[in-house]
Amino acid sequence: MISDQLVDLSRLQFAVTALYHFLFVPLTLGMVWILVVMESVYVMTGKTIYKDMTRFWGKLFGINFALGVTTGITMEFQFGTNWAYYSHYVGDIFGAPLAIEGLMAFFLESTFIGLFFFGWDRLSRPKHLMVTLLMAVGTNLSALWILIANGWMQNPVGSEFNYVTMRMELTDFGAVLFNPDAQAKFVHTVSAGYVTASIFVLSISSWYLLKGRDLEFAKRSFRIASAFGVASVLSVIVLGDESGYTVGEAQQTKLAAMEAMWETEPAPAPFNLVAAPNEAAGKNDWAVRIPWVMGLIGTRSTTQVIPGIREIKEKNRARILSGMTAVSALEALRHNPADTEARDRLKAHQADLGFGLLLKKYVAHMEDVTPAILQQAVDSTVPRVAPMFWGFRFMVGLGVLLLALFVSAFVATLRGQCENKRWLLRWALYMLPAPWLACELGWFVAEYGRQPWTIYGVLPTHLSVSTLTPASLYGSLAGFVGFYTVLLVVEMYLMVKFARLGPGSLGTGRYLNEPAAAH
Amino acid sequence: MLDYPTLKIIWWLLVGILLVGFAVMDGHDMGVGTLLPFVGRNDVERRVVINTVGPHWDGNQVWFITGGGAIFAAWPLVYATAFSGFYWAMLAVLWALFFRPVGFDYRSKIDNPTWRSTWDWGLFVGGAVPPLIFGVAFGNLLLGVPFGFDDQLVSTYTGTFWQLLNPFALLAGVVSSAMITFHGAVYLAHRTEAQIQARALTAARIAALVLLATFTLAGVWVARGIDGYVITSVVDPAAYANPVAKTVVRQAGAWLANYHAAPGTLAVPALAYAGTLLALLALARGRTGLAFVASSLMIAGVIGTAGVSMFPFVMPSSSMPNASLTVWDSVSSQRTLGIMLVAAVIFVPLILAYTAWAYKVMAGKVTAAFVKKHEHTAY
Repeated sequence: MISDQLVDLSRLQFAVTALYHFLFVPLTLGMVWILVVMESVYVMTGKTIYKDMTRFWGKLFGINFALGVTTGITMEFQFGTNWAYYSHYVGDIFGAPLAIEGLMAFFLESTFIGLFFFGWDRLSRPKHLMVTLLMAVGTNLSALWILIANGWMQNPVGSEFNYVTMRMELTDFGAVLFNPDAQAKFVHTVSAGYVTASIFVLSISSWYLLKGRDLEFAKRSFRIASAFGVASVLSVIVLGDESGYTVGEAQQTKLAAMEAMWETEPAPAPFNLVAAPNEAAGKNDWAVRIPWVMGLIGTRSTTQVIPGIREIKEKNRARILSGMTAVSALEALRHNPADTEARDRLKAHQADLGFGLLLKKYVAHMEDVTPAILQQAVDSTVPRVAPMFWGFRFMVGLGVLLLALFVSAFVATLRGQCENKRWLLRWALYMLPAPWLACELGWFVAEYGRQPWTIYGVLPTHLSVSTLTPASLYGSLAGFVGFYTVLLVVEMYLMVKFARLGPGSLGTGRYLNEPAAAH
Repeated sequence: MLDYPTLKIIWWLLVGILLVGFAVMDGHDMGVGTLLPFVGRNDVERRVVINTVGPHWDGNQVWFITGGGAIFAAWPLVYATAFSGFYWAMLAVLWALFFRPVGFDYRSKIDNPTWRSTWDWGLFVGGAVPPLIFGVAFGNLLLGVPFGFDDQLVSTYTGTFWQLLNPFALLAGVVSSAMITFHGAVYLAHRTEAQIQARALTAARIAALVLLATFTLAGVWVARGIDGYVITSVVDPAAYANPVAKTVVRQAGAWLANYHAAPGTLAVPALAYAGTLLALLALARGRTGLAFVASSLMIAGVIGTAGVSMFPFVMPSSSMPNASLTVWDSVSSQRTLGIMLVAAVIFVPLILAYTAWAYKVMAGKVTAAFVKKHEHTAY
């Protein structure tokens, strides 16, 4: 049997590599559009300062992009290296969006980023703008395909188990593409990226304004960032809630855990603003509740009921019992493909096969399942509440702070007063880390919230791993952490260095800190 | 929709095309990376070398990423079994590749000799290590890899990392390194001038000799000293993909069987020789563009030779031959193969078109004057 240690290490490695990757992706997703806006203004007005803005912010974008690519290489291959059974079991569905992402999006983004940096002297202004635009489209299409793949992990539509090939197979590609989970996730995630990029430009511009340097450059950047930021942060918050209420069991389970709803409340359910979730007792020790709000946000109605954790677990108990039959039938069928009785039994219980497989974490054969083991499996179907509850709340809190900042900044820039409001500039500067923290928390809530599954209801995380030794995992994990950390330090060093140098680093002779003086 | 057996064959060809595309496109900038510390003797020369691929390496690297994605989508069992089985080899490839994005982008951002030389060697590692490991991996595929499946189709690699480094596989690694270095040298000769070009031409001649010698030696070794694999049960190409439903035996000379059965396939190894010789000839006449086309054909010949020799096998198992992965039984469902084919037919021509345009925009020799003029913006 697969050891828990191997599973835990594989999960840790995936989390570490994905979280590192996600430090760089959101900024890329948003910066490309800010560059498109800046360059569009340049092409329309012919003002050189907008070209300098495009090139300088593009330079910082490039420093970030390099590590996005570096850490992204790992992601494309890690399913194979560390999640071999997952890759076999769902590759028929999950592989396609990844491959199409490469063909449709990543090629576009990566080919045109080269021309974005090196094509200034060789392309006419409109052509260069087209290059920047195609780079932006490619980048965002990348996110779309990745989130179609991820949406399928949360809500596995359009597919069916095949006992001959021993895997899930595609039955309806359209359903996978137009999976409501995927669409909601896409909008929420790219908007979060736009917020990240807006803060990045806003904070660094604020720093120039605080220092009283490169004023024209900084004011214009500040204005673009605050306008783009207001729109983006509204989109994140409004459409983020959207991803909370989409139908589907995975999301219901997640919702119950992140809102610490142990019991099913009469509709419309109250909202736990803050609470002390008690996992062992299966209740909140205390909670500050607001009547009606949860029901309204969660269902957009006053009558629809949101299931609580206890009810979800009881439903899952029935599915696990049915799944045990499916697993036994499947095993009989693997030994004797002519066993028609087993085939019929599998067919009748196939929808619950994944729930039966949950028991494989504890026993090799379904005959060995005891009531205690069954209870363990039932309890494992809902993730731990406290990390979900607080992870979600910190993310939302950061979102609200960002909204306040962007609205203040936008109002100030419209009144032409941004350079005088030092409190606002300082606030913008100190908020620099906020969107990164929120993005990482969002990833955590989405992925930890799907446990114990890699594919909700289909494949338990425990069975998904490659049959490697824990020693290999310790080695590779140490390698990734070490390598990434060194690269991150280098990246931060360059980022800070060039942000401090400012637009003068372009060597155009129009700004402070020209390179000759910087050496 | 096309029938399942046809789709299976098409996807064998398409994976081959993607691998050749990867070796031609990402290969030339890996070759440039491999040669960087040797043909660039000072900072300006090295920047010239780096900027020949500066605008293009990132797009080219997507051949690698997309190749991985395509294998995942079309051959999920190969993706799962090969990458988990070759765990440390695969990580070595990934870690070596880490040096490239940061190496290219960060190297010239700080004017410090130690900083720049460190990244130069990083780019060397990122260029030299992956082709070597891919060659070693192909060598092991030809030998058969120790892995098997249990009842639930969980794959387990039963060998060690060190046994992958056997003499034949290392020879295959040298073939691959020589191939990529040659290709990179030809590209450098096309995009540089004067001294750097002269050094690239010397490197090309040496790499070509090594390539011809090791490719021939590997061919003789396969013919005389390595047992191939043969399916002895009846194959139903239209059946569901189940990799444990057939019987396979090892047999001396089996890797030559396709050439005996269809002598026309001998054109594939012949292309490897013809491409190399034509490229050398073209270089001698100063026709560097033609030489690049010829060395690309050489790459198709070398990779194609491995593919044709093993067909229909993709990853034979030495320890449990019946579990060998073949084009018939380790593929995705008919529907997925069909959808992916449509995606490939739409997007591959588009990719080729805009990549060609990008090269056209950036065409011409990269010179020391170019690097000096763009000191703060070039790589």
